[in-house]
Amino acid sequence: MSADPGQFVLTLLQAVAMGLLTGMVYGLMALGLSVIFGVMRVVNFAHGEMMVVGMYLAWLAFDRLGLDPLVSLPAVAAALFVFGYVLQRTVINPFIGLPEHMQFMLLLAVAILLVNACLAIFGPDTHGVQVDYMFDSFNVGPLVLDAVRVYAALVALLIAGLLWLFFTRTRSGKAIRAAADNHVGALVVGLDVKRLYALTFGVGAACVGAAGALMLLIVQVHPFLAIDYTLLAFVIVIVGGLGSMSGALAGGLLIGVSEAVAGVLLQPSLKSVFSFGLLILVLLLRPQGLLARRS
Amino acid sequence: MSESLWQRLTGDVPRRALLALGGLLLLLLAAPFLLRLAPAGDYWLSLLILVVYFSYIGQAWNIMMGFAGQLSLGHALYLGLGGYVAAALYVNLGIGPWLGVFIAVAAAMLAGGLIGFLGFRFSLAGVYFALLTIAFAEFTRILFDHFTWVGGSGGLFLKVEADGSAFNLQGSPLLFYYVILALAAGAFVLCRFLLTSRLGHYWLAVREDPEAAQAAGIAVLRTKMLAVLISAGLTAVGGVWSAFYYKSLFPEAAFAMGRSIEVTLAPIIGGLGTLFGPILGSALLVGLGDLFTTLAEILANDYGVKAAGLKQIGYGIALLLIVMFRRDGVWPWLARRLGFERRPADDAGEGRP
Amino acid sequence: MSGAHLAVRSIGKRFRGLRAVSDVTFDVPAGAIHALIGPNGAGKTTCFNMIAGVFAPDSGTIALDDRPIAGLRPDQICASGIGRTFQIVKPFMGLTVEDNVTIGALARTRHVPEAREAARRLLRDLGLDDRRAKLAANLTLPDRKRLEVARALATGPRLLLLDEVMAGLRPTETDQMVAFLKDLNARTGITILLIEHVMRAVMALSQHIVVLHHGEKIAEGTPHDVTRDPAVLEVYLGQEDASSPPRSGGGGRRPEGEAT
Repeated sequence: MSADPGQFVLTLLQAVAMGLLTGMVYGLMALGLSVIFGVMRVVNFAHGEMMVVGMYLAWLAFDRLGLDPLVSLPAVAAALFVFGYVLQRTVINPFIGLPEHMQFMLLLAVAILLVNACLAIFGPDTHGVQVDYMFDSFNVGPLVLDAVRVYAALVALLIAGLLWLFFTRTRSGKAIRAAADNHVGALVVGLDVKRLYALTFGVGAACVGAAGALMLLIVQVHPFLAIDYTLLAFVIVIVGGLGSMSGALAGGLLIGVSEAVAGVLLQPSLKSVFSFGLLILVLLLRPQGLLARRS
Repeated sequence: MSESLWQRLTGDVPRRALLALGGLLLLLLAAPFLLRLAPAGDYWLSLLILVVYFSYIGQAWNIMMGFAGQLSLGHALYLGLGGYVAAALYVNLGIGPWLGVFIAVAAAMLAGGLIGFLGFRFSLAGVYFALLTIAFAEFTRILFDHFTWVGGSGGLFLKVEADGSAFNLQGSPLLFYYVILALAAGAFVLCRFLLTSRLGHYWLAVREDPEAAQAAGIAVLRTKMLAVLISAGLTAVGGVWSAFYYKSLFPEAAFAMGRSIEVTLAPIIGGLGTLFGPILGSALLVGLGDLFTTLAEILANDYGVKAAGLKQIGYGIALLLIVMFRRDGVWPWLARRLGFERRPADDAGEGRP
Repeated sequence: MSGAHLAVRSIGKRFRGLRAVSDVTFDVPAGAIHALIGPNGAGKTTCFNMIAGVFAPDSGTIALDDRPIAGLRPDQICASGIGRTFQIVKPFMGLTVEDNVTIGALARTRHVPEAREAARRLLRDLGLDDRRAKLAANLTLPDRKRLEVARALATGPRLLLLDEVMAGLRPTETDQMVAFLKDLNARTGITILLIEHVMRAVMALSQHIVVLHHGEKIAEGTPHDVTRDPAVLEVYLGQEDASSPPRSGGGGRRPEGEAT
């Protein structure tokens, strides 16, 4: 840490800015978890694993076809959508409404399969992408922002916006929200709840897949990242409010910043202390999330 | 009204189930000697040790989730804390494990008491409570990474000592086998005893419906606290055993979320809330793990198919199939098949709503 | 066991600023059977929940045999001698009928076999004897209602709070329940306070009725007086089918009572 207080403040501001940018991608990842929980009341314990699958798909597109993750992103998201849709229809659907420990065990099995499939196919080594703008940066006042983080954050924001449009403007999106609010009611008015659930899981998976593609710009991928991302997604949605979309985004920003700031103030190995501390506080004092209204 | 302890424990258990249980115990007692006759006996003994170990800690976890309905995904905290306390006392202060275990249990109960009190006081349940337990386990992991008295992230090692004896829990796998077997058998009897007690009935009531339980006169907070305290204490004993068996501790592993999840597998797969579920579940899982290790080796050696993770893929598929087709676990289904359960016909085959 | 005297004095409760109950006062003398009636949303269950300790009243006092109980936890209330049932029944679904009632009986003894014995007696009394090994989840609604009563009684209460135990029962089943409660009251002297929409049960059971409307007590008296009280008629005439006042209570929610 610098002795010069001005320099220190700048370092801190720099960390906050970076944290916000990374936090946007975190937010998109957590959004997927939140959408799935909000609609189906299923906690996706395989969320980080799906994230890692997204990262590997983006890496594959880069490695084989030379595609920038920002370019392959729609395809990665689409692939995850199909995966999520099929998974919900075949495996998860019978477990909706069952006790949490059963859902937990089911998704744990899915998680084990996904992470080890990645391990078997790609091996335990790390893989990253080298894009042209890797070392570019933008100067905003005294701050220096990595181009990759800026692009990743902007695209994450764009996708969150598209998602918002989907849920507020399209027939399917509105139907999903209706089903989330009132399962029986949705059945009564003749909505195909099974299809909507599969659609929701697909959308949630697409979110996390897209987040994976973006994250590959920032970090290198290896299979064992998965459990950390699952945990991270949980922390974010709890802090923001489980089931709330805006909460997931805000929670992502908050956790992104807290990690970055902790990285400056403490040793890097202590960076998640803030996040877990925050999680414990929120669980005890405001379990509905920092942003959600008290129900 | 008086009844003997034996009567109380075995009262409504079908005779054939008792006989089978006695047979199993005898078999387990004789197992090391029988295995000596088999090829690769040491290897099979090490697997058997794993089965008994996981059934013991599964039994301990089951008290909290299976009986009292509180989902803990942070039991690695109690395992790790128990192991670290006893190992550090031994390595740093020369206090032997047979004494250290009491301090280890006290430490774990303190931690469990804190988490339980916070969680239950603030009415956290289900996933929310589970996340609280994860958060505390992760917190402790990071803490121990920087706790130099116990070696920090560099780990804590128990030297193999020349004068090692059962007195300081050093010795051959045979010693560890009988110690963990005694623990597992003790936990089995204890759980049966608890289930036939008032506390056991209260746990089930709280699991089924806390509000109705409280209206029926049950002090819900106290009842849940007893579950977490007993569970944490028993788990810590398993942690001590495991620390001395493996002779090394790293925060990354001792408090890992993966370890917490490992604890939950056997009781859920075997049958939550049942006494035999953790035992059957752990036998199944260790057996499957070994089966897929062997298969992966065959694939690698005979067919040249080499890839990390193949073993776990097989394991994951097996787990998925069991969960999908035996939601309540394997034991309730098997028990019905074997006629070990005296449930009236009209209830057979119907799950929970 | 014998009955206890319940004294409710000016209790009030607000939820998010909305007045759910205000200034309600009534007595249930030891050994009496009283009823609390009123349209939906009148504050009956809120009153029950305050007496049973689910939440403390914002104002006023509640006493059981002169001992103040307002603000105690539900389990402490139970220990002090009040048993209750829930409007939406809450049996322990995954446990057997016998275990359900045994758990209630464990409030009085720590010996499980003794509690089991007590539970079996109660199940016989309530006609659930042949179903005691069934899981509660597999019972029909009327049986679940009976199970709730059995579990509440097993805790050995001196005051029994019954929240719509007749709802959903067929007329003959209602008559059975009425007969059981009458006999129980006569045999043991237990005090009973019931919330009920099924007026045939209210009329058959209670000596005294308290009528709530919008959280306030608007009338009380004998069934005869209350059904002729202008204020009560006014309230029930506002409801959909109230040509014969509280005959089918809160607006004929269920097909009820007329068949016999």
